Amino acid sequence: MSTEDPRLLLQAAPLLKQQLTTRSAMLDVLLALLPATLAGLWFFGLSGLLVLSASILGSIMTEWFFTPEETRRQRLLDGSGFLTGLLLGLTLPSSLPLWMAFVGGAVGIGLGKLIWGGLGQNLFNPSLVGRAFLQATFPNAMTTWTPAGGPGDFFQVHASNLALPFMHVDYDGVSSATPLGLMKFEYQDTSLSNLLIGNISGCIGETSGLLLLLGGVYMLWRRVIDWRIPASILLSVALFSSVLYAFGPDRYPGPLFSILAGSLLIGAFYMATDPVSSPITPRGAWIFGVGIGLLVVLIRIFGGFPEGVMFAILLMNAATPLIDRYTQPRVFGRGGAGR
Amino acid sequence: MNVLPAFLRRGFAHGVHPEGFKERTADLPTQRMPFVGRYVMPLNQHLGAPAIPLVEVGDRVRRGQLIAEPGAFVSTSLHSPVTGRVTAIGNRRFPGGVFARSIEIETDPYATQRLEPRPPVDWRDLTREDFVAQVQYAGIVGMGGAAFPSHVKYSIPEGQHIDHLLVNGAECEPFLTNDHRLMVERPDALLRGIGIILHNLGAREATIGVELNKPDAIAALESHLKPSQPISVAPLHVKYPQGAEKMLIKAIYDKEVPAGELPRDLGIAVNNVGTVVAIADWFETGAPLIERILTVSGPGVENPSNLIVPLGTPVREVLNYCGGLKDDVIELVMGGPMMGMPIASLDVPVLKGTSGILAFTKSGNFRPREYPCIRCGRCLEACPYFLNPSRLARLAKARLYEEMENYFVMDCVECGSCTYACPSRIPIVQLIRTAKSQLRQPGAGDQ
Repeated sequence: MSTEDPRLLLQAAPLLKQQLTTRSAMLDVLLALLPATLAGLWFFGLSGLLVLSASILGSIMTEWFFTPEETRRQRLLDGSGFLTGLLLGLTLPSSLPLWMAFVGGAVGIGLGKLIWGGLGQNLFNPSLVGRAFLQATFPNAMTTWTPAGGPGDFFQVHASNLALPFMHVDYDGVSSATPLGLMKFEYQDTSLSNLLIGNISGCIGETSGLLLLLGGVYMLWRRVIDWRIPASILLSVALFSSVLYAFGPDRYPGPLFSILAGSLLIGAFYMATDPVSSPITPRGAWIFGVGIGLLVVLIRIFGGFPEGVMFAILLMNAATPLIDRYTQPRVFGRGGAGR
Repeated sequence: MNVLPAFLRRGFAHGVHPEGFKERTADLPTQRMPFVGRYVMPLNQHLGAPAIPLVEVGDRVRRGQLIAEPGAFVSTSLHSPVTGRVTAIGNRRFPGGVFARSIEIETDPYATQRLEPRPPVDWRDLTREDFVAQVQYAGIVGMGGAAFPSHVKYSIPEGQHIDHLLVNGAECEPFLTNDHRLMVERPDALLRGIGIILHNLGAREATIGVELNKPDAIAALESHLKPSQPISVAPLHVKYPQGAEKMLIKAIYDKEVPAGELPRDLGIAVNNVGTVVAIADWFETGAPLIERILTVSGPGVENPSNLIVPLGTPVREVLNYCGGLKDDVIELVMGGPMMGMPIASLDVPVLKGTSGILAFTKSGNFRPREYPCIRCGRCLEACPYFLNPSRLARLAKARLYEEMENYFVMDCVECGSCTYACPSRIPIVQLIRTAKSQLRQPGAGDQ
């Protein structure tokens, strides 16, 4: 029996908290990306591993360098810097010079996150900022694709990977177009089974539709992403591309191809769902997703690039504060919409 | 078991589903706690003005004797919980780590502690004013935790009429089972109390809202209901904060009480089950509010219990009666874990609004590491008022309190659902409380 006063805290209620933490959500996203990452390594071998490592290193080192010492440990442990680097790496071609991947990771964290005030403050998705920087600065390197290889040449490292900074890049000469490129410039289809498995040319982590979907389903099941965003993106892409397909089946891709090819799945499940740079309101999430879907189809079909997911997400990131402002939920007991 | 199919159950939108932790005490019958040596009755243990003492140091008081009168209309009486002697009137410890003016009474060890008989009041023959005065005299307050003087709810302004009496048996706070036990053990008294209130307010019907995790309470009430009575039992989804007045009205009548208005503007009066039984006890036996049922639970208590405790009993005595505290207790809370008040000392007494005493042990929920808000939106989907807690917390951290009013911060009822849901462990509701108190001060927002 205790009659002596224990040392008591006065922490204000509520004292109960639900299980999920921001850190565990980050770890869940990393776990969800694991199958697609492993597939990327399988298809693109040691080169893929080197590019991923370079971009992750670029992100983490930048985070470490620009964070005050007291908060450094917590910042690095929250996993968001690692995730930014990994997501960037997964959307890079495996033949990219490593120094470029490193710079991309550094720019993604530096210009994409830290100058805004760190985690939770940035307007744009950091990994896409890094990628957009690379695309604008090194357009040639960013669009030189190598076909997915097999176990045979796993240990082959592309000569271009080892290019020195700002020096001429030698490609191995085995470049091949991505399914979207083939479709856009040569009206050539790629089989859906290859798109699902990922045995195609493209960025390291975007080729295996099946494994990306698997990870997406895992994140939905764990409720770490807002289901409305991938749902609205995929539905709107399917809808808009069906309309075009109905008018010109020989010129335009069908809805299934549009969803599986390129970086739409990795974008819809892993990048657009970044809570920081997407709307916080449920209605806003729908507008955001449909906007991305529309922009993706427009850029892919009518733009100069074969792929438009990156620009579509960045453009809708920019619209997010506005969307949030006009989709505030209607407050209980108040007639009009809030604000 | 009378449990409706899912599609007939009623509820409100948003809210959260914390684990209940009720099984430890749900089936334990209430025990009457023995009298202890000393009682402390704070004068401000209800909302509104403090009561004014009618006794002086050294006075002998009988159990049930009026010892303090209402200090204003929104205020209520205090009665002695025990026969004994007034030993002090001064500042004593109060929940929240503060002090409050209180009457301290030393128990007479030789007294029988029997309640003095009182000539009965015929509740069928009262004017509205007399009914209100009776309830105020009996010291009855909202027993769900807020301790709002009940007679204020019964004084209906000219031109308004109460049609519905909504009896709150939701008990949505985890751990607490005091209302549950009351409905299981005294359904007859609850129904008689409803009859008294219905008659005196001239209301048409009464509905008792009970969450489905209390099937035995629903069954007990329905077995005591006579078909002639205009009373029904409404089973509800288990969801927090269902017991919040306006959420319960939404769940039962599917009506939104407009912001800034009261349930009575829709013709509804809401009473906690404990309040209704207190009214029955006053009119039938003449017992004023001098004791209440509370749940003692939480991981830090040796023997969790449901107890009938005289008001003013020090928490220390209640915990000793329940086998004491475990060694690793880190926090004590009066009320539920979602909205209760932390207490800093075991000398704090049981109050009219004390629905439970909970002891928590060290766990990750204490001083959690806070991460930046990642705008995941979980707080938006938790808030039963459809506010934007993420936005409010950001503004509060920047001390932009004026701007928070544009986001209807004053509509927040501080249920804590946002903070429960936040994966970054941001103390959202605490930030909002600070902002609200800043905004309430005159000249607020000048910074």
